[in-house]
Amino acid sequence: MDSDFLVETMKLLLAGVPLTFKLAFYSIAAGAVFAVLLALMRLSGSRVLDYAARSYVFVFRGTPLLVQIFLIYYGLGQFPDVRESVLWPFFREPYWCALLALTLNTAAYSSEIIRGGILSVPFGQIEAARACGMSRALIFRRITMPQGLIVALPAYGNEIILMTRSTALASVITLMEVTGIASKIIAETFRPVEVFVCAGAIYLLLNFAISRAVALLERRLSPQIHGAKHGTDAPEPAR
Amino acid sequence: MTAESSNACAVSAHNLRKRFGALEVLRGISLDAHEGDVISILGASGSGKSTLLRCINLLEIPDDGEIVVAGETIGLRNGRRGGREPVDRRQVDRIRTQIAMVFQSFNLWSHMTVIENVIEAPVHVQRRPRADALREAEALLDKVGIADKRNAYPAHLSGGQQQRAAIARALAMHPRVMLFDEPTSALDPELVGEVLRVMRALAGEGRTMLVVTHEMGFAREVSNRVVFLNQGVIEEEGKPADLFTTPRSERLRQFLSSHLHG
Repeated sequence: MDSDFLVETMKLLLAGVPLTFKLAFYSIAAGAVFAVLLALMRLSGSRVLDYAARSYVFVFRGTPLLVQIFLIYYGLGQFPDVRESVLWPFFREPYWCALLALTLNTAAYSSEIIRGGILSVPFGQIEAARACGMSRALIFRRITMPQGLIVALPAYGNEIILMTRSTALASVITLMEVTGIASKIIAETFRPVEVFVCAGAIYLLLNFAISRAVALLERRLSPQIHGAKHGTDAPEPAR
Repeated sequence: MTAESSNACAVSAHNLRKRFGALEVLRGISLDAHEGDVISILGASGSGKSTLLRCINLLEIPDDGEIVVAGETIGLRNGRRGGREPVDRRQVDRIRTQIAMVFQSFNLWSHMTVIENVIEAPVHVQRRPRADALREAEALLDKVGIADKRNAYPAHLSGGQQQRAAIARALAMHPRVMLFDEPTSALDPELVGEVLRVMRALAGEGRTMLVVTHEMGFAREVSNRVVFLNQGVIEEEGKPADLFTTPRSERLRQFLSSHLHG
């Protein structure tokens, strides 16, 4: 292999990392907030809210992300109402369209992960909280959410990694993130193997960092499982 | 009527009815607990004793009847989707802080240490200063004999220790009444004693307690009143000495013979 070419390619590709990172970070953050809302709608006991959230999840989980990106980027511009609205400066930009599609998509998946986490909290603990006079909001904040989060974290870590990889799809609407730059280099050099090996290595590195961070967070959030805070009574579990 | 009846009424239930589907679990139960009463509620499984206790702090909403806590009637109305619902959730939350409950399966919050469990409601519901709550929690843990476990998580405790932590958590609210729902039924036999000792001590302090139990010794020696439920109604009630020695109903006779000698 041509090592000069690899180094040169790597340099060019690394310039796309900030955009890849921004797309992943913002969509995951906004998606998480939206996902909690959707999960609460599912668990609200209100039939209207439940079905609204169900339908949303059905649509966004049931269609390819690529199709969603195309529909938002090319589709919205078809409507004069959208073109004339105050939001047009946003929907005109591929960056915002990609971010929106990624956010809506991850919210659908994450809401189910979060709902599962919330449902995993033993009902007796919720009853104990009620019996203490805790309000619904307080129970959610102090009892259900902290425990649900721990249960949801491994699956949610998957979702974060999945989303980081999914940002590659933003390249199809002209965004120059890592994959977008890779396609451009390939078009100029006709050397897809080397370029994609480099691009793949970058994603691998990003996701390695993410999985380590998630594992660290998991340990910090669940001292009752990992024995921290417990002094000498409980030895650290062997690893 | 017992001598304690002259005290103020801490909790009273009037004509409670509760139905789960086709099954009518409570069929018109009235019960008054005066300050300082220790009432043991006995009955075969399915007699409605746990449901009665759970209706008192509204973990179950009775279909009919009235609950009065310290002179305040809990407002209930017909819900939109059938069944009954509280008129004001905040009233229910407020009243619940005066009625602490100890569960059969402890129900400690597993993501909090023992001491965090004990101060949770005082700090976040009653909004007492954290330092005060901590100081009091230490004393309570000492009282129930698990001061050394203050920083342990529930999963690292034995059943008896968990139940004593749950009792400390209940005491931390300064409740007017304590409800015990079969507090020793989930424990290994050798751990029952340590929990009963704590409960005896509480009764000795003059606390108002309603105890659903299968511990005949506790009912007989500690409580000042025993209520025997059968198929959703109070079959017999009175002083433990009377009920245990001269049961009037055939049902209670059968129940006692199977529980005392069985």
